[in-house]
Amino acid sequence: MLSSKIFVDKLQGHGFDFFTGVPCSLLSGLIAELEADREAGYIPSVREDAGVGLCAGAYMGGKRPVLLMQNSGFGYSLNAFTSLNLIYKIPVLVIMSWRGCGGKDAPEHIIMGDINEQLLKTSGMEYAVLDENNADQVLSTALKKIKDEKVPYTLLVKKGLFDERH
Amino acid sequence: MKGIEAFKELAHLLKNEPTVLANGYISREFFNVTDRKENFYMIGSMGLASSIGLGVALAQPERKTLILDGDGNVLMSMGTLAMIAACAPKNLIHIVIDNEVYESTGSQRTLSHEIKLEEVAKSAGYKQALRVTRPEEIRPAYEKLVQAEGPVFLLIKVEPAFDASQGRVTHTPEEIRDRFMESIVG
Ligand SMILES: Cc1ncc(C[n+]2csc(CCOP(=O)(O)OP(=O)(O)O)c2C)c(N)n1
Ligand SMILES: [Mg+2]
Repeated sequence: MLSSKIFVDKLQGHGFDFFTGVPCSLLSGLIAELEADREAGYIPSVREDAGVGLCAGAYMGGKRPVLLMQNSGFGYSLNAFTSLNLIYKIPVLVIMSWRGCGGKDAPEHIIMGDINEQLLKTSGMEYAVLDENNADQVLSTALKKIKDEKVPYTLLVKKGLFDERH
Repeated sequence: MKGIEAFKELAHLLKNEPTVLANGYISREFFNVTDRKENFYMIGSMGLASSIGLGVALAQPERKTLILDGDGNVLMSMGTLAMIAACAPKNLIHIVIDNEVYESTGSQRTLSHEIKLEEVAKSAGYKQALRVTRPEEIRPAYEKLVQAEGPVFLLIKVEPAFDASQGRVTHTPEEIRDRFMESIVG
């Protein structure tokens, strides 16, 4: 297991300083940490695409944003990524829960769980699957992509990776 | 009043405020009236001018920040009005060019003939929300709102009267981003 507290510290240590999202139970520990941290100033987004817009504005205003979402929200935000971030070159770190991974989940998650990686690939969204041992490595890759290529970078989070609070 | 009359009035009032413009004719027409580096012309991502503007306002709390939105765009992202009200950035001015149609796609009607968007904004929790219908009302309304604590909302009723012979935004998306960021963070 990866500690939410430690991972939030790592994010902040890498200079991420603007946090928003729409919750998923898989990310409940992370969001609880962010909500408890006044510095982090976590902002609840009403929809994932609004979160994409919010992060884009924050980035252009000088922040380094992180957007947390369930993969169902990837469907909602696909147009925002393709017609905003990817063409204007506006980066954001996306932390996306991988519901339906391996076909074991509630019915509404099965299709997205199955196509999640393919959909990221086809839409030109680079990503890595986060695990217990690669946090530092994927965060430095993410930072490089964000700084050099100015593209969104996604970390996929499987069930049970973080200490969940729900 | 025509949209272009509203834009010409506004162009006189703006200084160096970062301004996020809704997609479609709003970006295009304002570009032709005054092409400032502070203009972020949104070409896709319909509905997101408001959340982008909120992000800029939160990242730059000392800079007055403007959103130049359309009725169709606002209706698509009505939840963002709640986010703006809840985050309550004092420096944010949300202006809506309300022509009661999706003019950019052929003037199909929106819902803003029936739904008063400034009342939605007020109920959501914007500090002030005004509606103007004549060009000479724009300056006093804007001057009042620019001095007030945000977030504030200005609805400008216009007739659909876009001149389609006007050119499109000529800057590439990356140029738009670079100019915009340069004007904010240098
Ligand atoms: C997600 C999405 N749906 C539809 C469109 C097509 N579209 C482009 S501009 C526009 C109308 C915008 O309406 P409004 O904000 O009222 O501005 P107006 O065109 O009236 O100036 C539409 C529907 C789009 N670009 N994106
Ligand atoms: Mg309209």
